[in-house]
Amino acid sequence: MDNIIKIENLTFEYLRDEDQMNLKAIEDVSLEIERGSFTAIIGKNGSGKSTLAKNLNGLLLPTEGVVYVGGFDTRDDKHIWDVRQTAGMVFQNPDNQLVSAIVEDDVAFGPENLGIDPAEIRRRVDKALEDVNMGKYKKKAPHLLSGGQKQRVAIAGVVAMKPQCIIFDEPTAMLDPRGRDEIMAIIDELHEEGITVILITHFMEEAVRADRVIIMHEGKILMDGTPAEVYAQEELLRSANLTIPLMVEVAAKLRQQGIDVPQGIITEEKMVEFICQYK
Amino acid sequence: MIRDITLGQYFPGESAIHRLDPRVKIIATLLFIIELFIVDNFIGFAIAAVYLGAVIAVSRVPLSFIVRGLKPVIIILLFTFALNIFMVDGQIIWQWKFLHITVEGVRLAVFMAIRIILLLIGSSMLTLCTRPLSLTDGIERLLSPFKKIGLPAHEIAMMMTIALRFIPTLLEETDKIMKAQQARGADFESGGLIQKAKALIPILVPLFVSAFRIAMDLAMAMESRCYRGGEHRTRMHEMKLKGMDWAAIAFLVVFLAMIIIESRIF
Repeated sequence: MDNIIKIENLTFEYLRDEDQMNLKAIEDVSLEIERGSFTAIIGKNGSGKSTLAKNLNGLLLPTEGVVYVGGFDTRDDKHIWDVRQTAGMVFQNPDNQLVSAIVEDDVAFGPENLGIDPAEIRRRVDKALEDVNMGKYKKKAPHLLSGGQKQRVAIAGVVAMKPQCIIFDEPTAMLDPRGRDEIMAIIDELHEEGITVILITHFMEEAVRADRVIIMHEGKILMDGTPAEVYAQEELLRSANLTIPLMVEVAAKLRQQGIDVPQGIITEEKMVEFICQYK
Repeated sequence: MIRDITLGQYFPGESAIHRLDPRVKIIATLLFIIELFIVDNFIGFAIAAVYLGAVIAVSRVPLSFIVRGLKPVIIILLFTFALNIFMVDGQIIWQWKFLHITVEGVRLAVFMAIRIILLLIGSSMLTLCTRPLSLTDGIERLLSPFKKIGLPAHEIAMMMTIALRFIPTLLEETDKIMKAQQARGADFESGGLIQKAKALIPILVPLFVSAFRIAMDLAMAMESRCYRGGEHRTRMHEMKLKGMDWAAIAFLVVFLAMIIIESRIF
C-alpha cells in the first residue's frame, strides 16, 4: 500500500531544566498512514497525541527514530518546506492561527509563502473559501467571525496550499456544538475529495467516522484498528480513562439484556436502523 | 462593545481616492506636508486648500467626519495660537499689563493655525481613505529599495500586519481578564490615580502571559504554513500603477509646480 506518512520507532522528549528529567512525551511509536485514509488519533490530555501531530510536519523533530512525510525525512533541512506543504496543519485555537486582518489575505498567506503566481493564488483562495462555505466573508475581519467560521478560514488557509494530507490538532476543542458539526462536515468533505485526514481529538464521537482509530496512552499506542474493533474493547478504553461513545454503551447494555447487537454498530444512524429492523 | 473598536480611522468607501495605489497616496501625502512648509504666504495656502478640497470632494468622506478627527488636537491648536499671538514683538494693537497683541503676532498666529489644520486634514486623508493593510503593503513596497542597506522592509510590514490583526484579539483578552478579576472582587474604578494604576497590575500580568502564549501559537501556525521571511514570497495583490494612479501623479506634479512657482513670484 502507498503510505503517505511513515513513522519508525519515534521517541520524543521535551527538554527541561537541568535538574529535572526530560519529559518523554512519545515512546517508541511506529506507525504508517495510508494515502487517502481517515485516521483518528485519540487520547486524553498528556497522552502525547498533540506532540505526535507536531512531529508529523516537522514542527517538532524526533529525539530518536525517523518520520517520513511524502517520502521526505522531517529532519532534512532541505526538504522541510516540502514536508510542511505535503502535510498541512490546523490548530486548536482558531484565533491564534490567523495572520491577517482580512479573511482572503489570510487564506493567501500560505500560497504566498510558497511563491506561487498571483493569478493562481487568487484562484486557489477563491476556491478554498468556497470549499469551506466562507465565500461571502472574503473581505471580513476575522475577529468579527464566530469560532467555527474562524476555524473554517484556517482550514481554507491550509487547503489553498494544496496539501496531500491535513492534520487537524483538536480543531473543535474550542468550539460550540454547532461550530463542531460544521467543522466535522468539512473534514468529511475534504476526505471524500481524496485528502488524507489525520484527526487528533479527545472526543470519541468524532472518531466514529474515521477508517482507523488509534488510541494513545502515556506516549504509546494502546490500540489501533477500525472504530468498531477499538470500541469493542470497553475494558481497555476504560483503563485509558476514555469515555465510550453513547451508542457503543447502548449496544453493550442491550447485549447484557440478551439482545444480539452486531459489533459494527457505533453511530446513532446505524443504531436507529438496527432497532427499527429488530424483530 | 469592546469588539466594535475601529482601527485607525478608516472611512470605508469605493471612491477614486480609496482605490488609488497606496504608494501614490503615501508619497502624495508626504509631498503635501513638505509643501506646506515651503509655503510662506497665504496664496500658497489657498492653492493647497483648493487641492485638498478637491481630494476631499472626490473621496466623498463627509466633512463633518474629518472635522471630528480634529477634535483631539484643538487644545494644541489653541495653545500655539495663543503663544504666537502674544509672544511676537512688533506693532502693538492691544495691550493689558504685560500682555500685548501685535499685527505681526496675529498674522503669524493665523498663518500657523492654517498650516496645522491643513497638515492634519491632509495626513488624515491618507488614513481615512486607505485600508490599514494596504497602507502596510504600500510601506513595504516603498521601503523595499532600502533592503540593500539592511532595512528589514518585509519584516516591518509583517509586524504591522500582525499588530493590526491582534489588536482586537488582545482587547477581547483584556476584557475577559478584567471581568474575571472583577468577578473575584477587583475594583478598577475607585481610588486615586496611584491606586487605579496599581489596580491595573492584575490585568497586565495575565495579559502579558497570554500575549506570549498567542505569539508562540501564531509562530507555530506561521511556520507550519511555510513562512520563511520575505524571500521567495509572492503576493496575491500585485501593485501596478493604473490609469487612475498616473492621473493622480499628474495632478500632484501640477500642484507641486504651482506651489514652487507661487513661492518664487510672491
